[in-house]
Amino acid sequence: MTILVDKNTKILVQGITGREGQFHTKVMLDYGTQIVAGVTPGKGGQELNGIPVYDFVSEAVEETQATASILFIPARFVADAVYEAIESNLNPIVVITEGIPIRDSIVFVNYARDKNIVIIGPNCPGIISPEECKVGVMPSHVFRKGPVGIIARSGTLFYEIAATLTAADSRLGQSTCVGIGGDPIIGSDFIEIVQRFQADPETKAVVIIGEIGGDAEERLADYIQDHKVKPIVAFIAGKTAPSDKRMGHAGAIISMGVGSAEGKINRLKEVGIQVADVPSDVAKILVDVLNI
Amino acid sequence: MKLHEYETKKIFAEYGVPIPKGEIASNSDEVKAIADRLNRPVVIKSQVLVSGRGKAGGIKIAEKSEDAKTVSQSILGMNIKGLTVEKVLVEERLNISKEFYLSIIVDRSARSYVTIASKEGGVDIEQLALEKPDQILKVYIQPYFGIRTFEVRKLAQFLTSSKELQKEIISIINKLFEVVTAYDCELIESNPLVLTEEGKIIAADARMIIDDNSLFRHPHLQEKAKEELRDLTEFELRAKEFGFSYVDLDGNIGIIANGAGLTMASMDIIDFYGGKPANFLDIGGGAQAERMLEATKLLLENPTVKGILVNILGGITRGDEVAQGIVNALKVTAVKKPIVIRLVGTREKEGQKILAEAGIEYLKSMETAAKRIVELISSGG
Repeated sequence: MTILVDKNTKILVQGITGREGQFHTKVMLDYGTQIVAGVTPGKGGQELNGIPVYDFVSEAVEETQATASILFIPARFVADAVYEAIESNLNPIVVITEGIPIRDSIVFVNYARDKNIVIIGPNCPGIISPEECKVGVMPSHVFRKGPVGIIARSGTLFYEIAATLTAADSRLGQSTCVGIGGDPIIGSDFIEIVQRFQADPETKAVVIIGEIGGDAEERLADYIQDHKVKPIVAFIAGKTAPSDKRMGHAGAIISMGVGSAEGKINRLKEVGIQVADVPSDVAKILVDVLNI
Repeated sequence: MKLHEYETKKIFAEYGVPIPKGEIASNSDEVKAIADRLNRPVVIKSQVLVSGRGKAGGIKIAEKSEDAKTVSQSILGMNIKGLTVEKVLVEERLNISKEFYLSIIVDRSARSYVTIASKEGGVDIEQLALEKPDQILKVYIQPYFGIRTFEVRKLAQFLTSSKELQKEIISIINKLFEVVTAYDCELIESNPLVLTEEGKIIAADARMIIDDNSLFRHPHLQEKAKEELRDLTEFELRAKEFGFSYVDLDGNIGIIANGAGLTMASMDIIDFYGGKPANFLDIGGGAQAERMLEATKLLLENPTVKGILVNILGGITRGDEVAQGIVNALKVTAVKKPIVIRLVGTREKEGQKILAEAGIEYLKSMETAAKRIVELISSGG
């Protein structure tokens, strides 16, 4: 099994006619993802890669029965596009876009949560269930099917660690990998995705790829203290990052004393989570943990 | 984007939040003229975008306007945490009877804004939260409606029992929230917000950070954003011109990688093997040879960088473009430094061929590449 999306999920691409939207739609289709429709305001009636384009999400959903959405929309228009997807009950909604104002994210993320709709991102690489479907922009070849779930705040580091698992051992393939995003305000955090992996019988262990900024890793540790979870292995980036400097991602900043890698690592270790010193150690620890 | 205290106070004044009387000056004659106009003891406050100005000697009091001139001479031009003081804010000295703390910030885990009020001001609020949590009241702001009257009343009543003062505080909180919305603030803070002996509530200090992602909505701030570049180091400035995500660190091994997480992990792994990272340089996704050339040149020309680790895991970034950029940079730059390249992903074979033909060492694992550059540097290159 997979979480969030599988080969039967019918995907709508919002912003399908833009450069990124067109490119990634083609790549996702090649991977086997069921993309059934696209939406770009003012471009309704066209067809791209055999996919019909609509002016409105509601039209697209009515015609194609799409159930989930991925957005390739410029930052300033994202909030409106997310509301449109929410009103058509699309779930999950994957927001790839970087650079969205925090004030926008606060409102649309809360609105989706109130409606029990899952938002992945913003500023994320998306979701991949290897050999089933990809709703995102990650390089497909570093993934293969297997028992490990991955949850990551970053992009390239997530591919790096996935690649080492895929290369290290044929039994370290992945069930589903979720890039939850590098922004300060995101729709889904570690805890919620860990809960989904908990309910998925095929996932045997979970990899957490965290980084400096905020307290999502600490809150996961608090959760683990009180709940039964599958074995978790973590890697946290930014041990050498200075305070008050934004390290690339909008959310990767140690601010007002909160969010250091050391604090996160210590807190995770306190609740029994193994934290890898270097990215390639994640695979080694997993072999141990899975007892294979 | 951080605003200076004087800029923040100007916005406070526009929105009706009371601030001390004062003006900005960039030389000691101006300071004296302002002190003369105010005709009372003044506080001279350095305008630099770092915390701890007071402790660093960047905030001083002058009783007379003559003193103001000499005091300001000791502050203007001084260096506070690497930044030179070019401007001072000259304000009337307030007769303070009580200090409070008030802020509205983004709370990441609550996914909302939160208003924080404290009965103690001029404090390190995180420290106070640990030591005397009962002195602090937090009110999370509902995302759709903004701050509501009963919430503001609760905050005001927490800070003071005087009905008169509560009214003033209610007005101030409402106005601060207007500023948050109008300017897309990540943080707005008055620390301290003071009650004067004359019975007035005044924002004695003011701080504001604007969400960089919202700048497209604030065209009048974009010029200001360019000015902020003055606070960057030479190499941070050059990196910014090319659109790299870049931060100077205090080590000697330069790093170029793609993606923020991978770049941070590259810094950490250098440290893990006993080296010291000199910088964070994320070239971003899809970088072509030209960008790679500029990134490499930037580190080659930085004298504190003794060696370079390039760590590329290509997705939309192509290995051949990366390799060509590095080769070209080495051709056009006179400086020679040890450079170790880890290059995998899209078009890695083509990239590795280009490097091999130019006689440049490349590796396939980031661990071995990091170890190698640390060895090269510690053995003296």
